[in-house]
Amino acid sequence: MAEIRVNPTRMEMKRYQTRYQTARRGHKLLKDKRDELMRRFLDVVRENKQLRERVEASLAQVYGGFTVASAVSSPQMLQEALICPKKEGELHVDYRNLMSVNVPKFELKVRADNSEFCNYGMAFTSGELDAALLSLNGILEDLIRLAELEKTAQLLAEEIERTRRRVNALEHILMPQYLEVIRTIRMRLEENERGNTTRLMKVKDMMLKAQLRSPEDDDEDEELPEIT
Amino acid sequence: MYKIGIIGNRDAVQGFMAVGFAVREVSDAQEAAKTLHAMTKSGEFGIIFLTENYAMQLEEELTRYRDLPIPAIVSIPGQEGSSGYGMNNLRRAVERAVGTDILFGNDKS
Repeated sequence: MAEIRVNPTRMEMKRYQTRYQTARRGHKLLKDKRDELMRRFLDVVRENKQLRERVEASLAQVYGGFTVASAVSSPQMLQEALICPKKEGELHVDYRNLMSVNVPKFELKVRADNSEFCNYGMAFTSGELDAALLSLNGILEDLIRLAELEKTAQLLAEEIERTRRRVNALEHILMPQYLEVIRTIRMRLEENERGNTTRLMKVKDMMLKAQLRSPEDDDEDEELPEIT
Repeated sequence: MYKIGIIGNRDAVQGFMAVGFAVREVSDAQEAAKTLHAMTKSGEFGIIFLTENYAMQLEEELTRYRDLPIPAIVSIPGQEGSSGYGMNNLRRAVERAVGTDILFGNDKS
């Protein structure tokens, strides 16, 4: 692990202690965030899965309908029938804030009356086409919802990944590093303390010896050896 | 207001014209990629559906747009039916988030 070089002072130790506290608080918060994100993500994914299954199944039906329709009428006719839509599908996009992840919320605005879904005359087209279009109409909402859920799932996945990395970085790198620094400083300070004590003891010894050698000398204050 | 686009083979997408989607018929992956870029660049599209056969080939392009809120690029099965690609995508999202596949493990290899 990369070591941080610091001055072994009390100030520095205090600073690292606060940093450690902050990191720990952040770690706890991020962990909570990750858990909550995960919970929501799994909800979204479950719904997404069900919806996709349903949409895929009904799309197959729609395609089947179109195949039949194209079989009973000429390609030009089909093209002509479909080309100018009766409906003008417009998408209204809102953003929703899901755990500080901006996810889109899609809403389909159809500018047409729903009573008539087809824009072609009945004379030249087949009933199969009508049926196919009707079933396509039916799954439109599902398709939009699927897009919304899929996007949400992707965005949440990204956010979870990022949060997880942060949590791990804090837990396995930053916090141990800070602890190590604090420990180092504490050891150094204690060592200094011990050095100081022994030095004082030694000086005291020396002074006592000096006093024993010349007991008539009273004013020891002036004779203190200079220690720095 | 955004539009909804759909890219795919003619047979697969022509029906969507009638429901007001912006339909782009393409015949190969390159064309699909070009169309996709043009659509995303224009900024008019909120959702772009892409048939699976092309989505599979445009993996890298799709990753680029994956983390943007808009447009949502969704793969839908083409005429040949679902290949499970869409589900696979979902599974990958789960793997990305959780680190392991916990939802689909039992029903697919």
